[in-house]
Amino acid sequence: MLSVATIAFKAILTNKMRSFLTMLGVIIGVSSVVLLTAIGNGLSAFVTDQFDALGANTVLIFPGDIFDENGSFSGEGSATSVINSQLTQTEVRNLERLREHVSAVAPFNIQASRISFQAKTKQTTVFGTTSNYGEVFNTKTIKGRFFSENEYGASDRVAVLGFEVAINLFGSIDPIGKRVKLGDQTFTVVGVAEKKGGGMGGPSFDTYVYIPLRTFFKSYDTDTIIRIITKTKTTERVPEHIKAIEKELEKTLKDDEFSVVDQSEILGTINQILSMLTIGLGGIASISLLVGGIGIMNIMLVSVTERTREIGLRKALGATPNLILLQFLIEAAILSLLGGAIGILIAFLGTLAMQAYLPAKITYDAVLLAFGVSTLVGLVFGAAPAKRAADLSPIEALRYE
Amino acid sequence: MLLKLQHVSKHYQLGDTLIKAMNDVSLEIEEGEFVAIMGPSGSGKSTFLQVASILAVPTSGSILLRDRDLTQYNEVERAKLRNKSIGFIFQQFNLLARTSALDNVGLPLLYAKVSQEDRVKRSKAMLEKVGLGDRLQNTPAQLSGGQQQRVAIARALVNDPDLIFADEPTGNLDSKSGDDIKKLLSDLHKEGRTIIMVTHEDDVAEIANRLIVFHDGEVISDTKQKSKKKKTTGKRKAK
Repeated sequence: MLSVATIAFKAILTNKMRSFLTMLGVIIGVSSVVLLTAIGNGLSAFVTDQFDALGANTVLIFPGDIFDENGSFSGEGSATSVINSQLTQTEVRNLERLREHVSAVAPFNIQASRISFQAKTKQTTVFGTTSNYGEVFNTKTIKGRFFSENEYGASDRVAVLGFEVAINLFGSIDPIGKRVKLGDQTFTVVGVAEKKGGGMGGPSFDTYVYIPLRTFFKSYDTDTIIRIITKTKTTERVPEHIKAIEKELEKTLKDDEFSVVDQSEILGTINQILSMLTIGLGGIASISLLVGGIGIMNIMLVSVTERTREIGLRKALGATPNLILLQFLIEAAILSLLGGAIGILIAFLGTLAMQAYLPAKITYDAVLLAFGVSTLVGLVFGAAPAKRAADLSPIEALRYE
Repeated sequence: MLLKLQHVSKHYQLGDTLIKAMNDVSLEIEEGEFVAIMGPSGSGKSTFLQVASILAVPTSGSILLRDRDLTQYNEVERAKLRNKSIGFIFQQFNLLARTSALDNVGLPLLYAKVSQEDRVKRSKAMLEKVGLGDRLQNTPAQLSGGQQQRVAIARALVNDPDLIFADEPTGNLDSKSGDDIKKLLSDLHKEGRTIIMVTHEDDVAEIANRLIVFHDGEVISDTKQKSKKKKTTGKRKAK
């Protein structure tokens, strides 16, 4: 057994180039499986982190009925319901009175607009909300401050810039106290929000400009709210708090005019989507692993044909058919194992390189699976050529030119 | 008696015709004999070599090596017997490419499960015996034809076999290298080795002490001859 492994190793080493090319398919297959699942898992972990930052007691109120018959989110439902939102300040005030269950309420509406400072103009999303939004949504300012309750009450034209907006518009200039134009109205900058990323499926929070919701209503001549973020009193009794919130909302709204969602539901749905994505990506990558396996079989078949005389000689000198079978099987296994190991190494390096742009995360499951599958591939696809080699007649093989 | 063939036939079916490559051959070979097998192509000399060296199984008859009937052996037993008791020298040398002379010679020992240390020691000794003690690490591509055949002879000897089969050992060599190989085979004979050699060259057959001539699958002559002293190269035409 050991001596046959030695023979197989020597055969691989004496044909370095061919061995490497054989491994290439497995290398690509394994590295893409591991890398793509790493991206999927990384995204999932990233989203979970983002939601965790909000706190487990965050409950969102959406306009309309955003659930489909099965109780999952329906993208179609949520898109139309935003346009026809029936949520207003009345609901916000009612919820604020629900002190037993709700500790904070922050409603908002958004509007696409352009922001300009002197000659520079940038596309932005105007985000009208209340003064406690920063606290509720965990958004801190790195310069200046969030607008105050007084400024909110007085519908002052003050703005807090998203991180990217401030950089793009002001560069190294301190934006605090500067005047910017939102559409054709002038606002005074009072603060800059910290780098936040994300955006819950929409554009990054860093491209937002926050203004008081009352100012927003005046500026855009509306009184609707597209979402209300609430913090429940406790994290332990979230379902109970949700029931109370629903009951309160039913006083002024019809059953299908609002939806109350806690973040675990959203997170569950997103993770479900992401895990589907991961499986899908992994599945596509597995095809390349299969192709890699076929590559091994192909080269092993060529190798058996090319080494027919060698096989004949080995048999003449005392190799039994089983030893020949074992030699070629071990050769295939070594090639796929080595290919798998190199593939995993490449995936690790790739993940490291990608972490600057994407939250990729390698899981041991994926590594083990890829390794196991590549070994299996080697053995399965190495079996046919090995059997063929073992069955060669020594005389025919020695005569082979 | 070392090797005994009793009524051995080897028939092939080739399309509609039955080829009688070997037809009812009986002969005995004593320990220490150097037998040259001659005959025109298609005479059955190569088939005899394959059957006698148990690479091929005869259609009928029995082959006895030291009174054991080898025709009763299965494939695994035959492989093991070849490994232990038979040495092969081929016209094409059949060395493993890109593999050192030392590893080539050690190949039968690998299948005999001899330890690495012993393998190297014995292979080295054999290479020294055939005059290649300074070429241990050379691959076949780095050796001349004559040197390659000497590596092959070292390989045939390394397992200390009962019988050595040589199939046209000088057929692929120039006359100078051929003479070297002839000398080497003669020396092995003098040491008491038993050699069975197929050749179609008279001057190569001369070094043997017995000449068997095949024709149409049958032995037509079997004569003892005195091993002649090696002659000068002039007589043999260079290929």
